[in-house]
Amino acid sequence: MQIYLPIAEMSVNVFVVLALGGGVGLLSGLFGVGGGFLITPLLVFLGVPAPVAVGTGANEIVATSVSGVVTQLRRGNVDLRMGTVLTIGGFLGSGLGVWLFSILKEVGQIDLVIGLCYVIFLSIIGGLMAWESLPGTIKQRATTAAPLPQTRAGRHTWIHGLPFKMRFHKSKLYISAIVPLGLGFLVGILAALMGVGGGFVMVPAMIYILGMPTTVAIGTSLFQIIFVTANTTFLQAVVNNTVDVVLALLLLIGGVIGAQIGTRLAMKLRNEQLRLLLALLVLGMAVQLGVDLVRTPADVFSFTGGER
Amino acid sequence: MVADVSENLVAITTGFTGKEVLLFGATDGPGDIAIVVKGPARDITLRKKGRVGPVWVNTDSVTFRDVPSFYRIASSRPLEEFAPPNLLSRFQIGTENLRLETTGESDITPENLIEYKKALVRLKTEEQLYDEGLGAVNTTSNRLFRTRILFPANVPTGTYFVEVYLFRNGTVAAAEIVPFNISKIGFGADVYDFAHDYSVIYGLLSIILAAAAGWAASVAFRRA
Repeated sequence: MQIYLPIAEMSVNVFVVLALGGGVGLLSGLFGVGGGFLITPLLVFLGVPAPVAVGTGANEIVATSVSGVVTQLRRGNVDLRMGTVLTIGGFLGSGLGVWLFSILKEVGQIDLVIGLCYVIFLSIIGGLMAWESLPGTIKQRATTAAPLPQTRAGRHTWIHGLPFKMRFHKSKLYISAIVPLGLGFLVGILAALMGVGGGFVMVPAMIYILGMPTTVAIGTSLFQIIFVTANTTFLQAVVNNTVDVVLALLLLIGGVIGAQIGTRLAMKLRNEQLRLLLALLVLGMAVQLGVDLVRTPADVFSFTGGER
Repeated sequence: MVADVSENLVAITTGFTGKEVLLFGATDGPGDIAIVVKGPARDITLRKKGRVGPVWVNTDSVTFRDVPSFYRIASSRPLEEFAPPNLLSRFQIGTENLRLETTGESDITPENLIEYKKALVRLKTEEQLYDEGLGAVNTTSNRLFRTRILFPANVPTGTYFVEVYLFRNGTVAAAEIVPFNISKIGFGADVYDFAHDYSVIYGLLSIILAAAAGWAASVAFRRA
């Protein structure tokens, strides 16, 4: 069954998009990732114009992160104060990101920048995940990772010398507001350029740079992703007209169902194997996108970014 | 000569997968029919990739002015059998006869420009919006003619013109232009118009919709 996407201006098979949303939702439920970094390149692969894929991807992540945050709030894993500071940084960052996006679209380099961002970040995440899920390292982490945040919080680095210190009770931190503000800002730019929530950058940064407890980092990251992706969606809709609500809705339906199945599966399956699988999938995508950038194109001519 | 199309308005609805339109007409006597279908004119920027270090990057670009977004030709016999080249060129019959003007901002050499023009036709053909081939026009008893024009799912919206030329003895004996519209209708059209005319409200609604769906999902999760 074909459905016409009014903003992407093309027909897609409903079941293909539902399956895509479902597949990414499944992974999302299995691994606790937002899935934006998977959905955007997959949409491009389906033939959706890259700018529409980015704008619509951001819109879809609003939904997945809202559903995640409700659960996290209930468990008390959201540091609202930290989330607010990150969100302010994120707003500024995604504002700059959407502005950059429209300029890059104008000069015809947006696909290159999206491609490069994906290759770089997918390689880093995939590499880290693969390394972590290898037998041996996983055992090491299991014993050291749990108490790690607490010991980190007490350690003094250059970060603790910065001014404008704030106390974050839930995160058990007393640090300069500049650090989370700057982190939020950087992730906000990525979110706007790549159509992702940025959780894959945010969560490790919160744990290893800020020194937050892992559970609070995940909950707080989800909280700020809602606002950053909502801001990206809004700005992309207003500045670039690239949010396809029909496509977002189809992805959502699949995503919600997939996530439900995913969370149940996650309880039955072995974690480290799953992580390794996801790592390989992410690395595979990075390689594919990287090859596309380097390989001699089938046609050196294109309409990219300039049509209409 | 008279000519008309089976539908003056091709509606792109939510289930749109393409549409076939019948063009038909009658002539006042024998002759050969050549038909050109042109979609709404748009400026198109064509980019060329070059190697920068290890990566392929868009390095050059040319913007063509008023390029037909859709182009098809059809005729009752092979064109060279009845139409002199100068007339084919004058009426822009055939993709090689399309006059493509640049916006003057480019400093591209003439031979490079030919390469760009060929690339434009090639890319449009890949998108199924151009067709370098010749469609068939069926004639009945030298008076009636008809042909089918197929519009793919990605057809651009706007006003289309079907130009019908009656060739007789190597000259154009009659010409007729039939306009018709292709536009989005219904839900898809409303969404598109709303997204462009009220982009602020559209953006907010998209967010609210997503947030509501996410919240509903989390409620369903808890119950399940």
